[in-house]
Amino acid sequence: MSLITLTNIGVRLGGHQALSHVDFSIDEGEIVTVVGPNGSGKTTLLRTIIGAQKTSSGRIERARGLRVGYVPQSLSIDSTLPLTVRRFLSLPLRHSGAAMEAALIQAGVEGLLNRQMSALSGGQFQRVLLARALLKKPDLLILDEPTTGLDQPGSASLYRQIEQVRATLGTAILMVSHELHVVMSASDRVICLNGHVCCHGTPEIVASAPEYRALFGTGTQGALALYRHDHDHHHHSHADHSHEHGACDHA
Amino acid sequence: MLDDFLIRATLAGVGVALAAAPLGCFVVWRRMAYFGDATAHAAILGVALSLALSTSVFAGALAVALIMALTVSTLSGRGYAMDTLLGVLAHSALAFGLVAVSFLHGVRVDLNAYLFGDILAVSTTDLAVIWAGAALVGVLTIWRWSALLTATLNPDLAYASGIDPKREQLVLTLGLAIVVAVAIKVVGALLIVALLIIPAASARPLSRTPEAMALIAALIGGLSALAGLRASFLWDTPTGPTIVCVAAVIFLLTNLSARFLRV
Repeated sequence: MSLITLTNIGVRLGGHQALSHVDFSIDEGEIVTVVGPNGSGKTTLLRTIIGAQKTSSGRIERARGLRVGYVPQSLSIDSTLPLTVRRFLSLPLRHSGAAMEAALIQAGVEGLLNRQMSALSGGQFQRVLLARALLKKPDLLILDEPTTGLDQPGSASLYRQIEQVRATLGTAILMVSHELHVVMSASDRVICLNGHVCCHGTPEIVASAPEYRALFGTGTQGALALYRHDHDHHHHSHADHSHEHGACDHA
Repeated sequence: MLDDFLIRATLAGVGVALAAAPLGCFVVWRRMAYFGDATAHAAILGVALSLALSTSVFAGALAVALIMALTVSTLSGRGYAMDTLLGVLAHSALAFGLVAVSFLHGVRVDLNAYLFGDILAVSTTDLAVIWAGAALVGVLTIWRWSALLTATLNPDLAYASGIDPKREQLVLTLGLAIVVAVAIKVVGALLIVALLIIPAASARPLSRTPEAMALIAALIGGLSALAGLRASFLWDTPTGPTIVCVAAVIFLLTNLSARFLRV
């Protein structure tokens, strides 16, 4: 069953229609990625789902007792605020040391509890954010561009960690990402957003939709094709395949 | 015991310092120093109004400080250049207050007492108001602590945890207005923000957690009040400013020592 269902959602931001007629739902254990150009309302959609953004129309239904873990796009901690990882993980609810250690391990780091948040590297910081979200034992984990500020290997490893979380905990995952090739490989479903849902479906369906191509052009298609060429070209029909070879040569 | 003006002054100073310091930590973390200034300066207008209407100075200062704080917190996040807006509001509130006081014929107003405080003139009633206000702010801060801290870190993180950051902002605004209203007699409108910020900033290098910082700030605030009173008695200096001077020296010491220890 669906964890959360949005029906015909509209959001106005300062007199501008940020989202209109958005239908969305996510099931248990699913990985759904939202892609779209800058200003397409991706973050607004996530903020609507966590209840941070008022809607101007539409309906949101949450499964009873739904626990949502949220990893924000960026978190700048003021240098005047002393904060250990231990304290950060216990905000707003206290957790035991063992639970915090376990969450850090699930997020792929260890032994950071007594470090200052300001002393963490970019990758460690993102993982601590992930660990904080996991401590709630969420049914749904929401991540807004979790790899912002990470280099290529760093972000690839964080995505692997996120897949691992789904694999071990069965948590549904909704994320926004710009790294299309990674996203397309790891997601069950992709939603292409541009103020409204342009297209949605499995990565293959979305990638071949004309709306998606109009938004992302040939450059990303190349990257995508490259990826598919490496990993799952045998899934495609011959016609599709040859087309992708062409795109692949481009890239 | 409360007959002695020095004991009343000590209790008043310590009370205000204890309430101001933890709240001051939030002012520092959220970079709201100017916001505190605007609220404090507006209190002078409140004083003038309450003298004109012959109501309690505390009530007048609280009401106008609260209105100012609410105005600022409503306007924030609506696309105004906040530092400019706060600069305009803070200083025009002060100017209007000073002009309003000059209209008060027949009432002899010692303006200095409200600008710089007159802690030695604190009455038993004042003391009761100060401690009631301080206790209220203390309870409010402790009660909302976790929620306030989460909202301070990131508003969306707060929403995702079921906390409304706007409500927490309101709690902070209310606390700030109360501190300003009770502190006006002790350090005056111009130096209230010093009592909020300096102890918190002095505590920062000594702290590893937000809670430690709030506690150390309260200690430093209390210590500044005690030492400031003593020093002003010894050297016959104005009490409010002396308290702030002591806090400033402590700030210098903790920050310099932290720097040297780190090197």
